[in-house]
Amino acid sequence: MKAKITVKDLEVFFDKNQVLRGINLSINKNMITGIMGPAGSGKSTFISILNKMLEFEDNVTIKGNVYIDGVDIINSDVDQVELRRKVGTVFAVPIPLPRSVFENIAYGPRLKGIKDRDELFTIVKESLEKAFLWDEMKDRLNTSALKLSGGQQQRLCLARTLALKPEIILLDEPCSGLDPISTAKIEDALSDLKKEYTIILVSNNTKQIARITDYSAFFYMGNLIEYGPTEKVFTYPANKKTEDYISGKFG
Amino acid sequence: MRIKPRIVDVFVRISLNLQAFFTVGILAVIVAIIFIKGSPYINLEFIISSPQDMGRHGGIFSTIVGTILLVLLSIFLATPLGVGTAIFLTEYTKESVFTKVIRFGVESLAGIPSILFGLFGFIFFVTKLKMGWSLLAGVLTTTIMILPTIIRTSEEAIKAVPRSLRIVSYSLSATKWETVKKVVLPSAAPGILTGVMLSVGRAVGETAAIIFTMGSSLRMPLSLMDSGRTMAVHFYILAREGISMENAYATALILVLSILSINILAYYIMNRVISKFS
Amino acid sequence: MKEYFVKYMLMAFALSSLFFLFLIFIFILFEGLPLFHKAGLKHIILGSKWAPTKGSFGIFPMIISSFLVTFGALIIGGPMGLSCAIYLSEYSGKRMKMFLKPALELLAGIPSVVYGFLGVVYIVPLVRDYFGGPGFSLLSTSLILGVMILPTVISISFDALMSVPKTYREGSLAMGATKWQTIYKVVVPSAKSGILASFILGMGRAIGETMAVIMVAGNALRTPLSILDPLRTLTSNIALELAYASGDHRLGLFSTGVVLLIIIMILNYIANFGIKKGS
Repeated sequence: MKAKITVKDLEVFFDKNQVLRGINLSINKNMITGIMGPAGSGKSTFISILNKMLEFEDNVTIKGNVYIDGVDIINSDVDQVELRRKVGTVFAVPIPLPRSVFENIAYGPRLKGIKDRDELFTIVKESLEKAFLWDEMKDRLNTSALKLSGGQQQRLCLARTLALKPEIILLDEPCSGLDPISTAKIEDALSDLKKEYTIILVSNNTKQIARITDYSAFFYMGNLIEYGPTEKVFTYPANKKTEDYISGKFG
Repeated sequence: MRIKPRIVDVFVRISLNLQAFFTVGILAVIVAIIFIKGSPYINLEFIISSPQDMGRHGGIFSTIVGTILLVLLSIFLATPLGVGTAIFLTEYTKESVFTKVIRFGVESLAGIPSILFGLFGFIFFVTKLKMGWSLLAGVLTTTIMILPTIIRTSEEAIKAVPRSLRIVSYSLSATKWETVKKVVLPSAAPGILTGVMLSVGRAVGETAAIIFTMGSSLRMPLSLMDSGRTMAVHFYILAREGISMENAYATALILVLSILSINILAYYIMNRVISKFS
Repeated sequence: MKEYFVKYMLMAFALSSLFFLFLIFIFILFEGLPLFHKAGLKHIILGSKWAPTKGSFGIFPMIISSFLVTFGALIIGGPMGLSCAIYLSEYSGKRMKMFLKPALELLAGIPSVVYGFLGVVYIVPLVRDYFGGPGFSLLSTSLILGVMILPTVISISFDALMSVPKTYREGSLAMGATKWQTIYKVVVPSAKSGILASFILGMGRAIGETMAVIMVAGNALRTPLSILDPLRTLTSNIALELAYASGDHRLGLFSTGVVLLIIIMILNYIANFGIKKGS
């Protein structure tokens, strides 16, 4: 088993408010790693460090090391554009850009400088297929992405991220606004995608974490309480807090 | 005797109603007078032939050309400057002393009356830079004058673009400028267009700043260094010097109609944007 | 590389406004100030005789006239503009607002030369026939300017009134106040700084207006003693004589510009920064 991401003594402050406290963990390649925890536990902050999106917030201080493929992205001068191509994100709320389905997905590849229409079409098709959306979209590539249903929009956002050809995909509660059927479609897509990608899934939904992740982490008030193979975390939680959380006593 | 509050209420409601409609009535009366007095003298001949005998006879073609040249060139210069300023203020800086100083500059520029722009353009462009009364001097003066309007409307349009779109664009590996170019500006374009059109309206109707910079030659301006006359200046001279009331009214009608249609179009675009975002 | 280039280019664009403002100040002051030194501040500001070709540069009557027409405009346009703003924000329905607001803003698009022209043709004779005097007068000018400042007063007051929280109104109505009592005891006082700003910006508009004023004010070179007397403002003084003035005469017009510029800057400063606009 190979670690794709290694986090050492990570601490994050918003002003003087500490939101992550001494996080240490390794995330494996070609697996889905779930991150769960109640609101305010720091889980979203954690993943927004991995592609340097946290820098759009004001007054953030980050300490510690985060290695992706052995490169410390916190303390070395990594190119943000390159990093974001390698680490793609799907947000909680689907946010389509106000343009067509095709152009939404082609946005990233075009930024890379790909102009050839056939090449773009191939990327768009592949990405939509991987997100289980091709059949629904193949005749609607030129319709505005704003006209799709919520579930379709979220899979579009997934496809758009895949079109970057990333190695790591971050998903920040991607199903929080979706109905059970749309959620199932996304989960199917993710289980299929882990063959090629390293996936990190933040979710409030413990059942979802149990269903599709291989490893899971439990965050609580900025601390990493427990981390291990999902089966073990859910059957023999080492910590009382974890047990209370997954059994639905709080959260 | 104390008047009952309920009666006062009814009285106030009626009075405010009347005042609001009286004010709209002023607009209606102005437009109506200009239309009734001007329309008999307007025909194709009036529009496509140039003025003769100081404007006593003939049409207004050269002043239409003068107006269009002045406005287009000014917009061509002021739009990139204004939109660029708005992008800088909203996307590239946080609120600081520096942005406050720039905003102070923009606000102050917006408050300067057109006669002072005329005075400045006259001494700086016409005299010191030796441009003489010319289209160029008029264009540069007008550019500075309309800049604040374009900056303010563009800034509002850019601010109305949801932050989430920018975040998504960055997450898809776009740089700041790519995000501005591909996401922010296309979404803000209708709002920016509204500002540009309001500025066009202002420039078309402007007199004081233009008469001392572009001059008032009735000949067709053929180069940047030629003097020329806009419709508004032509109307002013016809009316003030009592050259021809008929032609004054006819010029006023074309002037007012063009400004009103530009402004109405601008508000129409703005309303469509508002309903799109809400 | 490209990102930095873009950033600094945009910064240069943003600085251009400041640069233009600076140029305007420098050139108007540079031309206008020497005469203050030569003829004396007191001679110019307080002198009542304007005969620039004969060495008299007194602009006191024009300063007074500028303020008189401005206050006249405010007396006419202020209350009326505020009434319209109150009607728009508190009384009119949504559909009415959609019609009225743009219509009122279109008033701002009518060029000042058109206002001036209609003033000459309709207002001046009206004043002459009903009140006497030459018709070209403080009264006519105030009437025209009063209408011209309406869009400014209305739109800024309207924004101020709209920004008063709904809960203020509901609280007052719940205590049994009528709608009008609520408006003038709660809503208007809460929006008062914004309303004040709208009046001051309206004054800025009126004092800077030129072409309309030239046409209806009569441009006489003395301090008006009644509202029916003709007068000449600072702006019209510049516009009337700039085209042919030379030498000290031209410098005198720039001195007039300096005084106008200072008055305008003070008004703008008060409206934009001195008053904390309720937002």
